[in-house]
Formats: sequence, C-alpha cells, structure tokens
Amino acid sequence: MKRKIFAYPYIVWMLLFILAPMLFILYYAFNINGTFTVSGAWAVFSNADTWSGLWDSVVVSLITTALCLLIGYPAAYILSRMKKSVAGLMSVLLVLPMWMNFVLRTYAWQAILRDFVPDVLGLPSIMYTQAAVMLGLVYNFLPFMILPLYTTLSKMDKSYIEAARDLGANGFVTFFRVVLPLSVPGIVSGITMVFIPSITAFTVPAMLGGGMNELYGNMIERAFKMLASEGNYSYGSSLAIVLFVCVIISTVIMNRMDKNQKEGGQLW
Amino acid sequence: MKKFGKILRGSYLSLLFLFLYIPIIYLIVYSFNDFTTATGRVVYSNLGRWSGFTLENYSQIFKGDALDSILVTLELAIVSSIVATVIGTAAAIGIQSMKRRSRTAVLNVSQLPMVNPDLVTGITFMMLFAFVNSLLVKMNMERIGDMTRLLIAHISFSIPYVIFSVLPRLKQSSDMLYEAAMDLGCTPLQAMWKAVIPDIFPGITSGFIMAFTMSLDDFVVSYFAGTGEHSTLSVYIYSAATKGSHGVNPALATIIFIPLVALLLAVNLRNIRKERNYEIQNKKVKMKNGGK
Amino acid sequence: MTTKKRIALLVALLMVFSCLFTVGCGSDDSKTLNILNWGDYIDPELIEQFEEEYNVTINYSELPSNEEMLIKLRSSDNIYDLCFPSDYMIEKLLAEDLIAPLNKDNIPNLANIDAEIMDIAASFDEGNTYSVPYMWGTVGILYNTTMVDEPVSSWNILWDEKYAGQILMYDSVRDSIAVSLIRLGYDINTRNADEVKEAADELIWQKQNVLLAYGTDDIKTTMINGKAALAVIYSGDAFYCCEENTDLAYAVPEEGSNIWFDNIVIPKSSDNKELAEQFINFLCDAEVARQNTEYIYYSTPNAEALKLLDAYFTENETYNPSEAIRSRCAIFHDLGDFTDVFNTEWERLKTS
Repeated sequence: MKRKIFAYPYIVWMLLFILAPMLFILYYAFNINGTFTVSGAWAVFSNADTWSGLWDSVVVSLITTALCLLIGYPAAYILSRMKKSVAGLMSVLLVLPMWMNFVLRTYAWQAILRDFVPDVLGLPSIMYTQAAVMLGLVYNFLPFMILPLYTTLSKMDKSYIEAARDLGANGFVTFFRVVLPLSVPGIVSGITMVFIPSITAFTVPAMLGGGMNELYGNMIERAFKMLASEGNYSYGSSLAIVLFVCVIISTVIMNRMDKNQKEGGQLW
Repeated sequence: MKKFGKILRGSYLSLLFLFLYIPIIYLIVYSFNDFTTATGRVVYSNLGRWSGFTLENYSQIFKGDALDSILVTLELAIVSSIVATVIGTAAAIGIQSMKRRSRTAVLNVSQLPMVNPDLVTGITFMMLFAFVNSLLVKMNMERIGDMTRLLIAHISFSIPYVIFSVLPRLKQSSDMLYEAAMDLGCTPLQAMWKAVIPDIFPGITSGFIMAFTMSLDDFVVSYFAGTGEHSTLSVYIYSAATKGSHGVNPALATIIFIPLVALLLAVNLRNIRKERNYEIQNKKVKMKNGGK
Repeated sequence: MTTKKRIALLVALLMVFSCLFTVGCGSDDSKTLNILNWGDYIDPELIEQFEEEYNVTINYSELPSNEEMLIKLRSSDNIYDLCFPSDYMIEKLLAEDLIAPLNKDNIPNLANIDAEIMDIAASFDEGNTYSVPYMWGTVGILYNTTMVDEPVSSWNILWDEKYAGQILMYDSVRDSIAVSLIRLGYDINTRNADEVKEAADELIWQKQNVLLAYGTDDIKTTMINGKAALAVIYSGDAFYCCEENTDLAYAVPEEGSNIWFDNIVIPKSSDNKELAEQFINFLCDAEVARQNTEYIYYSTPNAEALKLLDAYFTENETYNPSEAIRSRCAIFHDLGDFTDVFNTEWERLKTS
C-alpha cells in the first residue's frame, strides 16, 4: 500500500470545502436574481471608490506589515538563540493571547486607548485614528510574523555565522550578509501571513477607527450586509474577486522573491 | 558587554510580551470589577472605570444564554482541532510521498485558506451552505445544522496549519522508518502508528495547538458561516453590541482563558523541568566518568 | 510519549468533547421557541419565567441590525418563531410576504397597549394585523453640559466647527442620513435622489472637518467618560447615559427627528405560532412589560405598565417625551428600490 493514500481524505475535503466554495463567489459575481449579468461586476470595476479604497488599504497594510517585521524580526532572532525548550515555551506564549476572545480583546483596546492612556498615563488619546487601527492590526498579526521567522532562524545552520565570524566579519556585516539573506523564506512567509489578512480586517477598523479609517474589508462586509438584504450578492462577490486576484498576484511575487523556495507552500 | 546584550535582549522580549498581554491583563482585572450602576442595574459597557472588587461577574456567566456560546466555542475548538489534526497529519504523510508536481499543486491549494482573508472564506461558506440547504429543502431532507456548518468551516481553515507544522518534521524524519516497520511485519496503519507518528509527534502537537488557537480565535468565519442558532462567543459578543446593549461581561472570556493557559503552562513547565533534570543527570554522569 | 500514554490522552480528549456535546445539545421533550432579537433587548429573567410557566425551551439569538434580520428571515435556513424588527422593516417583510398575521384571540393583553401608539403602528402595519409594538423611542442629541454651553436645539450644532473632534454620529445608514435630511429641511423618507445626495455631501463635509467618529455601542461609554461633547443617540441609551453621568443631557432638536418602534412579529416559517402568540401575550402583560422596560431602559408602549412605573421613569422627558416632542418626529418607511440610492450614497460617504 502506498503512503499517498493517506492524503486522499484531505484531497476530497479540499475539493469540497476549499475549492468548491470559491466557485460560488464567481457565480454570484456575475449573477443577480438568477440571471447572468456583468452589471454588478462592472459597477465594482468601474467605480473609482473601489480602487481608491483598495489602494488606501494596501498602504495601511504595507505599513502594518513593515511594523510587524521591524518589531518581530529582533524578537524572532532572540528566540532562535535561546535554549530550545525555553524558546518553545516563548513561542507558545506568543499565541496564547489569541485564547482570549478576539472581540473582547478589541474592546479592551478601546478602553485602553480611550481611557487608560489619557487618564492614567496622561498621553494624548489616539482612539478613532489611523494610528489606533494600525496598532490594533499590529497587535493581532504580530505572532503570525514572529512564528515563521523564528522557525526559519532556528533551523539556520549556525556554522555559517561562525564561518563569517572566522573570516573576520563583524556582527553587523554577519547579520546583513549572512543571517538576513538566509532568513528570507521566513520573512516571505511572515509578510504573506500579515499583509493580506490586514487588508480585509473589518472589526479592528470599525471598533478602533470609529468608521473613519476603513479598510477594504469594511467595504466587503457592508456589501454583504446591506446589499445582500436587497438580494444583491453581486457587488460584494465582485469586491471579493478583486481582492482574490490581489492575493494571487502578491503570492506569486512573494514566491518569486523567495528564490530558495523550490516547491510551493512553505508558509510555516 | 555580553551582560549588557543579555539585558537588552531580555528587556526587548519583556516589552514585546507586555504589549501582547496588556489587553489580557486589562480584561482579567476588569472581570473582577463591580459593574453595578447607581440604580442597581448591571451594565458591562464601561471597561474604563474601576468601581470595586466583586466575584459577581463569574456567577453571572451561569445565568442566561452566554453559557451556551461558551460551550459551543470550546466544543468547536476541541472537535475541529482534533479532526483537523487527524486529517492534516495523514495528509502531510501522504503529500510527502507524492510526486513533485502533484505535491506542489496540493500544497499551493492548501495555502489558500491561510492567505485567503477570513472574510472571503466565511462568505464562501455562507454561499455554499445556502446552496446545499436549498437543494436539501427541495428534496425534503433535513438541512445542514448550525453546529455542522461551523465544524466544517473550522476544520477547513485549521487543516493547513496542521499540514505545514507536520511537513517540516517529516522532512527531517527518515523515509526508511516506515519501510523498515513494514519489513518487520507491520501493517501500514501499524507502521504509521508505531514508527512514523512518534517521530513527528512534536510537529503534530504544534499543529494541534495552532488549529485549536485558530478555532478559538475565529470570529469572522463563524459570523458568516453560521446561522446564529448556535453562536460562538465572538459572534455572541459582537451581536450583543447594539442599541440598548448592556455590554459584555469580560468574565465570559477569562473563564475560558485562565484554565486553558494554566493547563498548557503546567504541561510545558513540566517538560522543561524534565529536560533540565535530564541535563543535570547527564552532567553528573560526565563528571563521574571524567573523575575516573 | 509512549504509545499507551498517547492512547490515554486521546481517550480523555474524546470523553471531554462527548460530554460537551451532550451538555450543548441537551434537548428534552418540551417545545422550543426560537427567538431572534437585538442584543440585550429582553430581561433574561422573563425568558426563564416564561420557560417555567409554559414548559418550553427558548432558544434566543441576537443580531445587530434590521438588515441582517431580514437576511436571516429570507434565507431557507430560517427557523425563527419570533422576531423584533423596526417599523420600516415591517413594511419590507410584509412586501416580501415573510410574516404571518396574528390571531388576536390568543393575545388578550393587546388591550394594554396605548391606543395612540397602535394608531401610529397602523401606518406601517395596516389594522395592526401582523405586529405588536414592543419598545419605542426617539433619536436625538446627547451632550455634555460642561463642554457645550449653548442650548442644544438644532441639528446644526453637529456641524459646528467649535466642536471639531468632539462629535459622534451613529453608524447606521438610515439614522445618519435622516439627521442630515432633517437639518436640510427634507423629508426623512424622501425619494428624491438629489436631496439624498445633498444630505450625503453635508455628512462628508462633517466627517472630514468636525467628526470624531461614527460609533454604535461605544458612543455610550465615550460620552459617559466625558471623551466627546455631542453624540447622536437613541433615547433609551441617552436615558442610561444621563443616569451614569449627570453632566449629560438629551435633546430632540426643534427641526424634528425620527421616532421609531420596534415590534414583535411571527415569521411565516414558524411551526409554533400559537406558542409564539402566547409569548407575545406574556410580554404584553402590564407587570412583565414594566419589568422589561426597567431592564432595557427603552420606552414601553404598554399604557398599563406605564401606570405601574416609578415617577423616576414617567416624569423623565427622555423616557417619556411630551406630546410636543412626539409630534415633531416622523417614522421611517420602507423605501423599496430607492434603498439602493441611500446605500450608494452611504458607501460614497464611508469611503470618502
């Protein structure tokens, strides 16, 4: 018996529950009340608001991703130099906050930014600003940046670093010429895991941004809540397709950047 | 100089963890806050004002319909992560032995739920179930229930995390292990259970923890994929925030968080201590040997 | 870990979740009533009381908006026996033939409902055939008297640059656009696209120049903690806020405003219509309605319950507005296909 068959249950599952649902988005994008039409999709593609909304979200997500990388890389690096068992515990501690309910966590940030920061710390409140949205996004996605980085860094062959040191490179040069290039797969995974999800975050902008600093996700959510009550799924589906195309494009770009990655799907 | 670097590293990590745990600490503290208003009503909205210690919030959990959503959340997290771990581990083993081209194809599709936004995933499930249910209704059959819908959705977005946690372990583990076990007279399942699984167990554990975490943390997918008949805690909390709302009892989240974390840390610390004891013993043995 | 230990772990986990399943899905022979309501929009003690008196299990779900309620009721998955939509949504539900006429013989307590309110309700539900008013209120301005010195009598104050960065609007299409429409002197149910566009333009200016945020539930805490000066709010929420922070006051502007009614209806899909009607009758009981309104803080349409209420409630202008205030308010009507215009303008405003 070949070991391949162990994958068959999953492949069936994948076809039924990962690929098939995608087709529905396609179907609804070109269908209003049971008849084929491109009007819904055209309304999305021809609307300048779609593209400006998408662009604004891309900018916010890029900044969020950059912040996650800047904060996360040193942390992952420190973890990778620790004893295996301690680093393991630390990486568990990284995901543990996610066991506290997501919506309540965001409520807590509301209270912290609105009351704790100005009243107790005496700092200006950033509640309902772009900064608050980014803070919420960085908070939620930081573990998804650190974990793949940590995995890559801890697997790295330490002899490279030693060799560089023996050849007379200082810490600075060693880092930028040896460690950083070798950790590109982790960086790529981290960016993919942060960038796309933050474009579509809709709860954080709604709760911390006060509806003033919305992201593309809010447009999709509204389309499915409001327009769907009018029986129009086409607008929301088309918005989702635009996003999906972006996901594919950025994944392809990311995979190109990561030349070390010889086969698909090494996110973790 | 070395000491200075150590302090710097330590304080960087401490600051990072402080940032990650600020809202957690905040919620735990406020879960003991007395939310009774001047007229004796209990309104949880104001997380920004401390007005005295009480345990009342914890006894409130057991009144009303919030308890149901806590149970749904836990049930979903446990069942979906176990199923996802089983399917995902088997899939990883299968994928590992696939030909290059089909392996790449399967892995690329598996990436979709991880990079695809929750929002789109949730909406596609909403559409899928609406479609299947309308077919079932036409055929006079029972509709797919809310719990099943949520389970399917949660399993689907968790499986990839298991696969990508197990695969690296499999790559390190030797292919010969399985063959050898078979040569020694094991059936394929026995070979799997006795030879391969123990070898990749750390990967399975971390995959399970990720699957469990993703399920517990999910809001968006459940919000769209479910019907609201059985809402998860996140959906319950989000839906409760409307006009006339009395806010959300923070104890609803801490009652899940505190026991789970205590359990996890206990297991982890025990492992660390074991490892240390093992090391100390090793050292002693070495010293003894060296003494001779 | 040894194989034995692994098996033990698995068995333990299986046991844990099988227990959870039996707890979670525990159902006995009693009938089940599926209710779809707004968050915290009923005193949970009353649900328990009804469950005991009638030996039923109540399955209570919550939703944050009328529109989502409509989506749920329209879907083939709909299982609900009772639902609490607002005025204009009833017109829509009627147009789509989604709700059932009530058998008033099963609801004798209907006599407790204020006759005047029944008349208003008849404007969206002719002859009061399909719905029973549940709660009602107005939309107005909640303001902090330590930050706002002048009397608040006009919606114009929400566009005043003096209060830039201290104004909160309500994050809902109809409510926000209505505020802007009234301020411009238009009808809140207008079907003139130019008027809606003008109203949206005003809101865009407001958003870009003076607004702090669009909020929903967070408006209450922000106002109570004194972090904003002015907010658009529902009267019931305002009542609670004023109680928590005595610096706050509520006003319904002179130009007029929106008066709204949330009502109880039975979806056509219900298999327990009689039981649902018994529940409606239960809610219309004077004592029950009194307890419920004291929990929710929204105004009850139940005239008999009003008599039982403390003067604290009945003499409060926010809870029990005078005839003068009521008469300058208008109710929302369903806009039919014209809803699209509102939605498009709202999208333009939100993405601006």
